[in-house]
Amino acid sequence: MNIQVSERSITPMSRSQTGQPVTRNPDANHELSIRVRDLSLWYGDAQALKSLNIDLYQKNVTALIGPSGCGKSTFLRCLNRMNDLIPGVRVEGLVEMDGRDVNAPKMDEVALRRRVGMVFQKPNPFPKSIYENIAYAPRMHDLVGRKAEQDELVERALRDAGLWEEVKDKLHQPGTSLSGGQQQRLCIARAIAVQPDVILMDEPTSALDPISTATIEDLMDKLKKQYTIVTVTHNMQQAARVADYTAFFHLGEIVEYNDTKAMFSNPATKKAEDYITGRYG
Amino acid sequence: MSQSFDVISSQLKKRHRRSARLKWISMSALGLAGLFLVLFFADMLGKGLPAFQQTYVQVELEYTEEASRMGRAAMDPEVARLVSRTFERLIPRMIRDNPDLLGTSETRWVLAKSEVDQYLKGHANKLRGNEPELVDELVEAGRVDLRFNTTFFSRGDSKMAESAGILAAAVGTVMTLLVTLAIAFPIGVMTAVYLEEFAPDNRLTQLIEININNLAAIPSILFGLLGLAIFINFFGVPRSSPLVGGMTLALMTLPVIIIATRTALRSVPDSIRHAAFGVGCSRWQVVRDHVLPLAMPGIMTGSIIGLAQAMGETAPLIIVGMVAFIPDVSPSFTQAATVLPAQIFTWAGEPERAFVEKTAGGILVLLAILIFLNASAVLLRKKFERRW
Amino acid sequence: MQTNHLLTLFSGGLVLLGLIAFTLGRSKATRVRASGRAMYAQPDQYAWFTVISTAGPALLVGVVGAFVMLLLGAEIPTFLLLAGSLAVAAVGAVVGIACIRPEFHARQAIERVIRWLLVAAALISIFTTFGILFSIVFEALRFFQMHSFWEFITGTVWNPGASFLAAAGRADDAASAAQFGSVPLFAGTFMITGIAMLVAIPIGLLAAIYMSEFAPRRVRTLAKPTLEVLAGIPTVVYGFFAAITVAPIIVNIAGFLGLDASYNNAVAPGVVMGIMIIPFISSLSDDVINSVPDSMRQGSLALGLTQGETIRDVVIPAALPGIISASLLAVSRALGETMIVVMAAGMRPNLTANPLEDMTTVTVRIVAALTGDLEFESAETLSAFALGLVLFAVTLSLNLVSVLMIRRFRAKYRVNNL
Repeated sequence: MNIQVSERSITPMSRSQTGQPVTRNPDANHELSIRVRDLSLWYGDAQALKSLNIDLYQKNVTALIGPSGCGKSTFLRCLNRMNDLIPGVRVEGLVEMDGRDVNAPKMDEVALRRRVGMVFQKPNPFPKSIYENIAYAPRMHDLVGRKAEQDELVERALRDAGLWEEVKDKLHQPGTSLSGGQQQRLCIARAIAVQPDVILMDEPTSALDPISTATIEDLMDKLKKQYTIVTVTHNMQQAARVADYTAFFHLGEIVEYNDTKAMFSNPATKKAEDYITGRYG
Repeated sequence: MSQSFDVISSQLKKRHRRSARLKWISMSALGLAGLFLVLFFADMLGKGLPAFQQTYVQVELEYTEEASRMGRAAMDPEVARLVSRTFERLIPRMIRDNPDLLGTSETRWVLAKSEVDQYLKGHANKLRGNEPELVDELVEAGRVDLRFNTTFFSRGDSKMAESAGILAAAVGTVMTLLVTLAIAFPIGVMTAVYLEEFAPDNRLTQLIEININNLAAIPSILFGLLGLAIFINFFGVPRSSPLVGGMTLALMTLPVIIIATRTALRSVPDSIRHAAFGVGCSRWQVVRDHVLPLAMPGIMTGSIIGLAQAMGETAPLIIVGMVAFIPDVSPSFTQAATVLPAQIFTWAGEPERAFVEKTAGGILVLLAILIFLNASAVLLRKKFERRW
Repeated sequence: MQTNHLLTLFSGGLVLLGLIAFTLGRSKATRVRASGRAMYAQPDQYAWFTVISTAGPALLVGVVGAFVMLLLGAEIPTFLLLAGSLAVAAVGAVVGIACIRPEFHARQAIERVIRWLLVAAALISIFTTFGILFSIVFEALRFFQMHSFWEFITGTVWNPGASFLAAAGRADDAASAAQFGSVPLFAGTFMITGIAMLVAIPIGLLAAIYMSEFAPRRVRTLAKPTLEVLAGIPTVVYGFFAAITVAPIIVNIAGFLGLDASYNNAVAPGVVMGIMIIPFISSLSDDVINSVPDSMRQGSLALGLTQGETIRDVVIPAALPGIISASLLAVSRALGETMIVVMAAGMRPNLTANPLEDMTTVTVRIVAALTGDLEFESAETLSAFALGLVLFAVTLSLNLVSVLMIRRFRAKYRVNNL
């Protein structure tokens, strides 16, 4: 099998330089959501991202895969400027959304984060009730006025996250009383309650059991009808299951960006092929 | 489709302002605390620094027969009004100790009384009649002068402000802290070693732990009540002595040393212990030869900090009687003594204006020692700090 | 003089016997070893074992003897005690040397002794607590035999002035009987504590928020130790500061506002005590706020909330149990604080709600009762212990509640996620 792999010729990646996928997924939506050009990032003196180019499409799931420390989470956090919180981080290049440069000094990062929500590796519900976990941010954003509106919003968010049936009788219990998988769905419900355009997911299932993982994968499939989802995952099967497009990261570079099916059946680069076949990781 | 960036940003203005306000308010709270500190030190320095200078008068002394009975007679009566009574009383004794002096005369700089000192420093004073003019004249003539106050560092307490000093209290502090250290250090380290390295996790151990945390939070004055009821009334340890003061402070310092030692022991990684066990050391040998030496800098740092705390403590010492009037250095651990903070307390209670200056001067000395102790603890920690 | 002499004799004899035991034990062990038989322990360990078996029992006999004399007042001639304990030491030495056999495990025996020594050291802290408790309770009970507990708790007049007459057996001669109603003292204590908390909690908490959430790292590393300096200043110094500097300022300000303030007003010690407690609250709150997991902040920021909202609605509520527990500890400290109030607050028990009047506190009265040249048996002296008992009970329960709260807080965040 090794011989066969090494013999096959690998095409150079011309399209990835322009940020577009090597192969187009005919079923996917191709309206542009976020355009990234020449994005580089340094932690102090160490360069973590090297001149990335990628187009992320609306109402799709894009999976970011690659070995640990390859910069996929760092890249994800560039999209809603969560890296601002880390001292000593320097970013160069363009991240464009809705015709605006996200990193421009005039851009309000709080406004950006309202439109680009995030779900984290470990579920992090606030130490408040389930209801408050969801209602709090919309209330601060003035998205809801009356109590009835609030109730409606909470129910809708919980239904969209597939959690409503499980928690409708205990909305006023603390969010931390739920199981891990439920907590993660609560966090997703919390993120969609503020009606963002993009939801970033940073290994959302890595701390969960297989059943909860399956539930969340189903959820991602449903949510992509409304939202653009960018997810980081360590689990290649997961990427194959949920993603329309997959980007393969290695040492701070995007080595291959491709239609998921094409990537897993017929990778265009040798590095991606080695990773997918389990040579390293 | 959700709202555009511009719409959201415009909604956010008020919220950003509120966020910035919290930042400014919290920053000014920290600034206020810093301001208190600056004001406090400025106030203490302003009040206390003059205490390190004292007014001296140049007088001609004639050691006559009369002066050996009444010191005042040795001086020009006009100038004698400005001289400290402590020195007046000294003259007959000088003649008695050294009979050769009789009939001779000399010129000397001697302590002025505190009113003159206060007048010269520009404070309110109780100089009477033509005394202010007299002082001015003598200052013109160079016969009255402010000099470095050696008395303050070489004498004990006195009822005369000009000859009151901190030596007796300083020596008392050293003696008391020696007792404290001799008791608290070994017991504290042993307790910590037991709890960290030997103790099984049972009820008794938990009780001891809760108890130690509690001891650290009990008001210090209650330790004074313990010292009074148990050490003095029950065991008959002499009241006001450095021994009883040191024992009382030792019980207060104990939790500080225990907690610091436990932290230091805990920071020694288990791999060291495992290595020592691996070459066949018994538990005690592991602790004695490997863990304790590595934890020693941390233990020393904690002990210095505990000692500095004990040094500033006053309330329990008042209760065990260490606020007595002590003009001379205490000769033994079982005789009455006083300590620096207690001396400060005593002086603060004196009505005379001149004592305010002495009090603040004593405070400066105490603060200087405390800053020195804490700084050396920090340096010790920096020097030996090890990241495993 | 006599006891000193005996003590020297005792320790001298003991050291001598110990030395003899050490050399004999060591030489015997070396001899056994030289004869070619394997031993469990090193010769030195056998030697130390004999020293322990010599000195240990003898010290025990000496200490027990001294205690019996002190406690029961039994008249054992000290000379006999000395001779007895030295004899025990000699016997111990002989037994110890006899024990040196190859199959005897000297090192384990020594370590068992060391272990018991460590246990004894650890128990001293327990003895201290019980010592405090018993000494206070015992003397307080004697006080409550003279004056009713109920009157002490509910009485509003504290007038111990005549109690020394009662102690002298002339109670009837006293024009007015002594009264020990502690309510005004506690009112004064709570008033000053309240003022201190009004200063310390807002400033301390806000400073902690600034240091842990906003401040650049350099400011933080500088500000933390600087604040700690405030905590390291001795209370007697604060007392002087309150009495000499702050009290006149308060009087002037009050005068400017047309109010009449006493130089022993409650505001000056309260404010200064508050300043003293600021670092206490700020460093505890800072720890607690820092231990709120970063994922909480990120979760909130990722929803598009501002930093201020994140702090106010997510971080502070999460840290609240810890902050409350820090405040409780601070209250307990303020209640027991002595020197500041002794030097800056009044001596006159005064039941008033006006903080500009002079008022006294529990700790002031304890000091006042125990520093005069009073007979120890008098009700006024003993009243100090009754006040101490209440103080002990209040601070102890505050400490326990706060420890429990902080423990629950820690437990919550260790197992929070999953």
